[in-house]
Amino acid sequence: MKISRRNFLGTSAAIAGGSFVVGFTMRAMAQDTSAAVSDKDNPFNAWIHVKTDNSTELVLARSEMGQGVFTALPMLLAEEADLDWDRVTVVQSDFSVGTGGSGSVRGNYMPLRRAGAQVRLAMVAAAARKWGVPQQECTTAKSTVMHAASGRKATYGELVPQACAAPCPDPKTVTLKEPGQFTLLGKATQHLDIPDKCTGKATFGLDVRVPGMVYAVIARCPTFGGVPAKFDAAQALKVPGVLQVFPIEARGHRVFTAGGVAVVAKTTWAAMQGRKALEITWNHGPSHGESTEALRAQMKEAFAKPPAWTGDGGGDDLDSLPAEKRVEAVYEFPFLAHATMEPMNMTVHRKGETCEVWAPSQSGETMRQIVAKELGLPEKSVTVHTTFMGGGFGRRYQYDFPTEAAQIAKEVSAPVQLVWTREDDMAHDYYRPAGMHRMKGTLDAQGNVTGWFDHVADTAIADFWSAPGEYKPNGEELPPPIPYPVAHVRTAFTPVKSAVPRAWWRSVENSFNGFMVESFVDELAHAAGQDPYEFRRRLLLEPAVARPKSGGEDEGPAPDPKRLVAVLDLVAQKAGWGKPLGKGRGRGIACTTTYAYLAEVAEVTVDGDTIRVDRLLMGVDCGQVVNPNGARHQLEGGMLFTTSAVLKEAITIREGAAAQLNFDDYSVLRMPEAPTLETYFIESHDDPHGLGEAAVWLTGPAIANAIFAATGKRLRRMPLRMDEVAV
Amino acid sequence: MSQYTLEVNGEPRTVEADGEMPLLWVLRDVLEYTGTKYGCGIGMCGACTVHMNGEAIRSCATPISTAAGQKIVTIEGLGAHGLHAVQKAWIAEQAPQCGYCQSGQIMAAAALLAKTPHPTDAEIDDAMAGNICRCGTYFRIRKAIHRAARSGGAAGSDRAAGVDRAAQEMSA
Repeated sequence: MKISRRNFLGTSAAIAGGSFVVGFTMRAMAQDTSAAVSDKDNPFNAWIHVKTDNSTELVLARSEMGQGVFTALPMLLAEEADLDWDRVTVVQSDFSVGTGGSGSVRGNYMPLRRAGAQVRLAMVAAAARKWGVPQQECTTAKSTVMHAASGRKATYGELVPQACAAPCPDPKTVTLKEPGQFTLLGKATQHLDIPDKCTGKATFGLDVRVPGMVYAVIARCPTFGGVPAKFDAAQALKVPGVLQVFPIEARGHRVFTAGGVAVVAKTTWAAMQGRKALEITWNHGPSHGESTEALRAQMKEAFAKPPAWTGDGGGDDLDSLPAEKRVEAVYEFPFLAHATMEPMNMTVHRKGETCEVWAPSQSGETMRQIVAKELGLPEKSVTVHTTFMGGGFGRRYQYDFPTEAAQIAKEVSAPVQLVWTREDDMAHDYYRPAGMHRMKGTLDAQGNVTGWFDHVADTAIADFWSAPGEYKPNGEELPPPIPYPVAHVRTAFTPVKSAVPRAWWRSVENSFNGFMVESFVDELAHAAGQDPYEFRRRLLLEPAVARPKSGGEDEGPAPDPKRLVAVLDLVAQKAGWGKPLGKGRGRGIACTTTYAYLAEVAEVTVDGDTIRVDRLLMGVDCGQVVNPNGARHQLEGGMLFTTSAVLKEAITIREGAAAQLNFDDYSVLRMPEAPTLETYFIESHDDPHGLGEAAVWLTGPAIANAIFAATGKRLRRMPLRMDEVAV
Repeated sequence: MSQYTLEVNGEPRTVEADGEMPLLWVLRDVLEYTGTKYGCGIGMCGACTVHMNGEAIRSCATPISTAAGQKIVTIEGLGAHGLHAVQKAWIAEQAPQCGYCQSGQIMAAAALLAKTPHPTDAEIDDAMAGNICRCGTYFRIRKAIHRAARSGGAAGSDRAAGVDRAAQEMSA
């Protein structure tokens, strides 16, 4: 389906092809600037399209990557519009904006409800005019306006001409429903995209087929920053099906493409065979000596020196504080690959002065900017169709695969699909950073935490993305304030220099910081001789020092400890906390106010060196749950994604390159290792929190804390191994 | 390059290809059955799972020369007579998230149920261990397999369905 945004100049409602249309703007992640918003000629990027047959099509400007936004966001519109849910279809906008940061529901909750309310009000007004009755006497349900006194009713479809004839209601002044009036929000609703994902009909990026298209792969230097010194294409060109071989340049800052040699062929397989036949001599560049061992040495060295950045009044050590007990520990976390099931890819068809793009991307808008720049076209000449995508996890924001696809499209007249093989995807990811935390804590005689020190040394994301020489450590890599009030908090950071590309991996720094915080709180509980659940509860409800009023810069009021205790209590009760589990088994607990109010209990069995996670239980207060089916999915997914990460995954660096290239050596969680999952929600009508990344913070420490409960061994290095040697 | 004939979802298909070309790429790039996915290319992730003569195989590691003359069923052919019991169970349990691995998961589960109509958890583990999901849907997949088993998931084998559809098309 296609709607030109130019149809909607100057008004948010219009008739287009016999439909009543309300346009609205969906914004990107908070930190992005949305071109769609600033583009005054084309004010909208999403539309509600009420058709004369009484069906409704929603054109949404967010990417669906399995997180359920193609159902949760329509529910927001349909609730306020009182649409017949069975007659709602969803279409991806060609003006999609950034999708990430657990922000789709959180950021669009009110704007989408207002847009839905515009539709309802327009239909009520149209019916009232038609019937000559007051609007207040009309009610709506299932895409129908009713007037009880006269027994008249009309479907929205029948009212399309009247609705189109009047100005569209102002979204700022519409009345929204009270939570008690919700008929859809809070009800478990089947995902609209699931049937097509069970029949092979859903089109992912790699499934795009355009008449006359060809396929391309790129030979890239395995070493980060390496480029081809020379190559010979003669053998590659002899491979049946190979059409073209040509070099592509590496692109620098903020794009970070490796460059290399492109092989274009009639099929993906032929392109892969052609690449194998290339003879290339690499110039490995200055990073050839980098290794995991060398990076670990840098991290340990950082702890022997004053930190590069200190927060909270100077980074004093806690050694001078009087204390009943002192606890010290060093934790370590590795680089991680996103390993989305669908490797990176993009299809580009350059047609003279215009270009059509099919992108499995978390930001269609960014793709358009990159392709336009690379091809030297105005952005408005580039159309980007965002496809379904086989996992995102932060990887599909990046600039590398669209840049490469556009570079290839410059040399190829046919539509061309750039395919990354699994090996390409794993060897040239933007990895989750690697690093260490050196932690210290002090306890008084009552078991109160009096001091908390955390020195992080890691391969900072910001260092990689800053222009050379521009990076200044500012502590953004550190965990957000812990929910337990502590009198003396000292934080410090030292960057670790590395050529390994790194960026956002589901929950970014929280993916490792949460592990350290909630593991170390557990260590303090045990040092105090207290039950880890009761210990957390007491610190939250009876803090020894005053609780901060603000949650930190720009974060509004500090999180409510009672709401956190409520989810702790809920999940502890559901888990049967305190009941013995038997030999080799243990329970661990963790909680956080990052993303939402969350508490999790893990049950594990340790048999020799084998760690098995048997059961994970999550308690959550995330405000209004829009779609319990989708919310549960996101928490379950986060729990298993994190179980996989902390038990199995690591990218190690050898000779400046990733040592793991495929699922044979990058081990991930499989069915036999998957625990039973339980999720419990606290009913709330507060504005919703996003849940895409929420479970990542606390699943790892819940598991490590359970391993300690089962064995008495504290594991501090990921992936967790029973034969761990301390850092 | 040679000619190979095989049956895909009940229809005879002839392709010209290098004998080493994996069935996966013949399906995806030559015949345009894109429901079968590429995930790893080395038989380690299961995204490319299809049925060959009723057995679940990794199409990325099966050369076209081996698949020639065989009966292949892909996700597109599994539900030739409406949805297969496994697909219905997948929808009922709302198993997929991103959905990319699910064609392979469904094909692996359908092959399991055809042989073992009421699998235990251990049998599910054995049959499904080769299929990776990164979104974390294993828990729902297990429930969906049990649901399909309860509904008689082995009944109405996909091979028969595929043949029937071919017969219908030929008579049309």
